[in-house]
Amino acid sequence: MAKLSGPPNFLMTTVGKAARWARTRSMFPATFGLACCAIEMMATGAAHNDLARFGMEVFRASPRQADLMIVAGRVSQKMAPVLRQVYDQMPDPKWVISMGACASTGGMFNNYALVQGVDQVVPVDIYVPGCPPGPQSLMHGILTLHDKIMSGEIAR
Amino acid sequence: MAVKDVWLSGTEEFEPTDEGHQEMELHESGPRLREQLGTVVSDDYVLEDDLSDDERMIVNMGPQHPSTHGVLRLQIELEGEIIRRSKPIIGYLHTGMEKTAETLTFMQGPTNVTRMDYLAPFHNELCYSLAVERLLGVEVPPRAQAIRVLLTELNRVSSHLVALATNGMDIGAISMMLYGFRDRELVLAFFEKTTGLRMNHNFIRPGGVAADLPPGWRADVADIVETIPRRLEDYDDLLKNNPIWLERTKGVGVITPEECLAYSITGPTLRAAGVAWDLRKNFPYSGIEQYEFEVPVGQNGDVYDRYQVRMAEIHESLRIVAQVLETMPKGDYRTDDRKVTPPPRQRIDESMEALIHHFKIFTEGFRVPPGEIYQAIESPRGELGCYIVSDGGGKPWRMHTRAPSFANLQALPIMMADSLVADTVATIASLDPVMGDVDR
Amino acid sequence: MTTDTESPAEIRPPPRPRPENPVLAGLIEPFGDAEWTLSNGDDVVRLPRERLADLAAAARRVGFETCADVTVVDYLRRSSGRFDVVANLLSLQHRLRLRILVAVSNDDPACPSLVSIYPGANFFEREAFDMFGIRFEGHPDLTRILMPDDWEGHPLRKDYGVGSVPVQFKESHQVS
Repeated sequence: MAKLSGPPNFLMTTVGKAARWARTRSMFPATFGLACCAIEMMATGAAHNDLARFGMEVFRASPRQADLMIVAGRVSQKMAPVLRQVYDQMPDPKWVISMGACASTGGMFNNYALVQGVDQVVPVDIYVPGCPPGPQSLMHGILTLHDKIMSGEIAR
Repeated sequence: MAVKDVWLSGTEEFEPTDEGHQEMELHESGPRLREQLGTVVSDDYVLEDDLSDDERMIVNMGPQHPSTHGVLRLQIELEGEIIRRSKPIIGYLHTGMEKTAETLTFMQGPTNVTRMDYLAPFHNELCYSLAVERLLGVEVPPRAQAIRVLLTELNRVSSHLVALATNGMDIGAISMMLYGFRDRELVLAFFEKTTGLRMNHNFIRPGGVAADLPPGWRADVADIVETIPRRLEDYDDLLKNNPIWLERTKGVGVITPEECLAYSITGPTLRAAGVAWDLRKNFPYSGIEQYEFEVPVGQNGDVYDRYQVRMAEIHESLRIVAQVLETMPKGDYRTDDRKVTPPPRQRIDESMEALIHHFKIFTEGFRVPPGEIYQAIESPRGELGCYIVSDGGGKPWRMHTRAPSFANLQALPIMMADSLVADTVATIASLDPVMGDVDR
Repeated sequence: MTTDTESPAEIRPPPRPRPENPVLAGLIEPFGDAEWTLSNGDDVVRLPRERLADLAAAARRVGFETCADVTVVDYLRRSSGRFDVVANLLSLQHRLRLRILVAVSNDDPACPSLVSIYPGANFFEREAFDMFGIRFEGHPDLTRILMPDDWEGHPLRKDYGVGSVPVQFKESHQVS
């Protein structure tokens, strides 16, 4: 069966588009809130900045039922193996958003305790800068991810 | 082949074989087998002393778990549904902030410290700034002190709203999450207007605050003081006499005052156990003694009392904020001492000395006389202390934060002993630990 | 030939400074080798490590119900002992704080544990062990608490680097 999420070939164009549309419209994030960014992620899911209008208010506790892992917060040396294990438990297709400065590059904590950028542990699709990024920044990141999936740029 | 010989799946009855039954018998532990043979009937849970250790099960909760308030890992030894022992395992958010603090100047210190207890960032900054100011021997003008009180009390409101929101959501009242975050947006909008950020503000600095309050702040604060108590009444309507809430919170997670003091527990947990200890009253700081407020105290030390104490504390904090609103003094928002605080922007164009001071403060940092000091304030979680050792240079020799959540977590095994697994979530939520504070 | 009434042997040494607060003064009195000072407004008592447990027990009896904090400072090149173990005690009934400093040398980084007197010192002492390598004798479970269990080294010691990665245009990996 041809890849549904790659650049469309002429046979599977409409099916591919439909599959990508379905994936973006009901992306379930896995709860991976670690630190301050987790609070802003919760605020993004709350009433004021509503993630439910994108079909994403259901934060799945179990990674086996989630598509999207938003790494929100600083990843310490002790947490890195746990992060990888949760990522591995997610079924394909899966995407990762690295939220905040600490998750993207280690942030202001350039020291022994933190992994300097979560992309050393898991492959990242979108980096959202900020310390912490406000709900609007996170939402922009999520919508950019949706656009990238819809256009076929991210083939997963 | 006759029709009856054809195997019709689902309609045939199995002939019981002896093999499977015997295998089961061999591996069954004593009490269950007795039950099967009909010698022991156990409807209720009966504590039998001759239970072997096979009955106990070690369950791991976390670190990635929706209800553990961040990355807390709990190892629980269970006997059926009852918790016999538990052990919190932390360190999953250790950021090395105390090591980083030794590489940052005293002016940059608040950026680091503010991310420890990320639900009450102003409190971290205030504690650090007060400690540095005591070492420097610098007086902070009254307006700066009043601004600090205003911001920290509003921060207490927003922190308790998150505690109520997550408390409610963990126990099952999911709408509390949306209500709590909705009201928090009011306070965060004011913070964004004043400091530029919704969280982790780096606004309270040694010497005063970073900037003056924006024009129109009185209207915003008056709006907050007026709106939030009405919403709190709604939450009381939802929860206070709700039978499910009462069942899940009354008598759960009980701790006595003696245990609290022995285990270094402070904050709403200590006050809910019955001890009226609040550092704002007993070791006042930043001019808070001028404002009238009560310290709410509970009786039983259970989850319900902690919820009541936090609700009452929100009311008291708003009372303080209303008084600050009325009596805000005029004056400077930071100390005059130019060796410590940067000069105002227009002075830099006029005076060479001001330019040099600005440069030195932002590159080298101001020097703090050698010494050591411990300053404690009342954060929404308890006694937040900052122990700073200075060697006379521009960066601290040692900066240690006494984190309230770190100490409060020691109460968790006590509160959870001999209680049910389902109460774990309620207990942790009521303790309100912030893992950034715990692990630093 | 002297007409002085006092010979040099009879001149008493100057009395050691006593804290003003009567509770503290009464607490420190029996401890001859405890030095009390006032550090920026805080009451600080320094004493040798063998006496730490006795002073803490006496403090608990006198009314210091809770131990607010136990931490360590690394002074690196100090002759009287590389480390200082700092215990902060708090008395609710007397509204007092007391800070106890105990010098610990690098050759024998050990100190008596306060857990039997103040159970709340448990996590604090584990963190001090994890970050500095000070062994607290009598602690029920002295294991690493913040770093992974197999971590080598004690991060907050002054001879342990910050561990920063080089960043372009920034000298963050140089600790002053």
